[in-house]
Amino acid sequence: MKNTLEIDRLSTYFYTEEGTVKAVDDVSIRVREGETVCIVGESGCGKSITAMSVMGLIEGTTGKVVNGKIGFDGENLLDLSKNELRTIRGNEIAMIFQEPMSSLNPVLPIGQQITEPLMQHQKLSKKEARLRAIELIKQVGISRAEQIFDSYPHELSGGMLQRIMIAIAISCHPKLLIADEPTTALDVTIQAQILDMLREIKEKSNMSILLITHDLGVVAEMADYVVVMYSGKVVEEGEVVELFNNPKHPYTKGLLKSKPIINQRQEQLYSIPGQVPNPLSLKESCYFHERCAQCMSICETQQPKLKEVGGSTQKVACWLYEEGIADV
Amino acid sequence: MSTMSSEVVKSSRQDHTAVKSSLWTQSMRKLRKNKLAMSGLIFVILMFLACFVGPLFSPYTDGKINVTAMNKAPSLKHWLGTDMLGRDVMTRLLQAGRISLTVGLASMLLSVFIGSILGAIAGYYRGIVDQVIMRIADLLLTIPGLPILFILGALLSEWKVPVDSRMYIVMLMLSFVGWPGLARLVRGQMLSLREREFMQAAVVLGLRDRRKLFNHLLPNLFPLLIVVATLSIGGAILSESVLSYFGLGVTPPTATWGNMIDSANNVIDFEKHPWLWIPPGFAIFSTVIAINIFGDGLRDVLDPKHKK
Repeated sequence: MKNTLEIDRLSTYFYTEEGTVKAVDDVSIRVREGETVCIVGESGCGKSITAMSVMGLIEGTTGKVVNGKIGFDGENLLDLSKNELRTIRGNEIAMIFQEPMSSLNPVLPIGQQITEPLMQHQKLSKKEARLRAIELIKQVGISRAEQIFDSYPHELSGGMLQRIMIAIAISCHPKLLIADEPTTALDVTIQAQILDMLREIKEKSNMSILLITHDLGVVAEMADYVVVMYSGKVVEEGEVVELFNNPKHPYTKGLLKSKPIINQRQEQLYSIPGQVPNPLSLKESCYFHERCAQCMSICETQQPKLKEVGGSTQKVACWLYEEGIADV
Repeated sequence: MSTMSSEVVKSSRQDHTAVKSSLWTQSMRKLRKNKLAMSGLIFVILMFLACFVGPLFSPYTDGKINVTAMNKAPSLKHWLGTDMLGRDVMTRLLQAGRISLTVGLASMLLSVFIGSILGAIAGYYRGIVDQVIMRIADLLLTIPGLPILFILGALLSEWKVPVDSRMYIVMLMLSFVGWPGLARLVRGQMLSLREREFMQAAVVLGLRDRRKLFNHLLPNLFPLLIVVATLSIGGAILSESVLSYFGLGVTPPTATWGNMIDSANNVIDFEKHPWLWIPPGFAIFSTVIAINIFGDGLRDVLDPKHKK
């Protein structure tokens, strides 16, 4: 299968007064055509920054993409000019944000916000764009499309707004959809509907999805391939079934353990002890060693590399699986 | 699945969006409830009507000098008396109102136009563009407005600008001093708006800068702009009056409220012929107050942070 998106050794740093924050550090992620890749991790591990780097949203902040390549359709997005990038954004790569309530312009009617990218990228006339927009609103499962077309964002609920966001995102038939925690702000029943809809759209149009989430339930439901990030690094990745059945990295194990299980009432949910380390004070080590129950001496001084284990597609960055070290 | 979800959506939100309510219609409804603001608006509208329609019914519109009717007190024939050249004060007052109101309105429109565009560009692009625009604005703001206007007005007289075009030049002058304050306001709002999530969403959609700036960001500033613009009409009318009063704005024989009050400079007119300067003074006073009351009412309605 063809690769839609190829993030190759991407590093995005933020330069603050206290020092450099390596928000994304040497991350490689590949999304194949029609595949859903999930990036999982705690808050602050660099999931969103990875997505923002792909969209070119880092520019203009204190941050900078210092290294790496973002291959899309044979081109490196980082080499493109502002204008070339603009023709790709919204057209071939679309993005959905976490907060549907604040992602739509409050003073513009919904319809205008859907038709704008259609008119810009697909060169539709105003009339054609309107028809297509109404069709899109229907496609994301909202009835009374004509009425919604003229409504303002404050008149709709969060779930409906997220549907509208999806309608805007898929309007130009993108090859890749980046969804940054698309269901986090919604309640559970709406979450399920939105995810089902995304999956349905994906299957119909053979679109690839890069889904960013901290919700393992969402991962289980959506993903083909999972990338686990911690402190700006990929610590483990693999096919979803393999990874869920046989997590290798202690962090992935911890994440899976801290998920509540239905029909099993527990006094206290498991949580990984400690906190995400301060990104300013990271030294050469496994960044997880302070919270790891299986920490060894090498973990405190050297960083493990992401390597394939057990002859499968699963890769892990942990000294426990390094030949000849595990027994030390 | 999709059929099920669409039904859920249909049933839960049907009642809510039945009442179509944009921000605009909501605000208008609120404004109509504000009696003080509405009375201000009605007064301004009446003033406009009187000035633009009223003189059509007057027999004295030619402004001819009439030696037989000089300095006559108000009477049935001349409702507000006549001036020292025998011209009807009422007619001149309304004709003056045309000039004063037009100058106020036009210079407001121009300064809002310049100010919001420059402010928006400065706030959106930041960096060097911002520096250049805002330093020019700062420069203009450091010098008080009136002295600049006086200097410009004196230059006009010095260069012997034809009387007919003075009105337009006064408009330009007033907007020239008016835009920097507005530009700062717009820039500040722009700086915060451009960081909002929906603007990031607009970037991600690949929209052009022009579209983002004028179709997405500026509409968010409309409430602010409307309020500032309304309030600045009053200021512009006052400034024009001051200029004309000192003979630096629009000069006679063209009447404006400002140069009509000029007659109060003359001790005899001041004591003996109060109908020459009280009406224009009252016109300025009441119009500016009415506009400001209306502007305040608008602010109450449109600015959510400015709740009573």
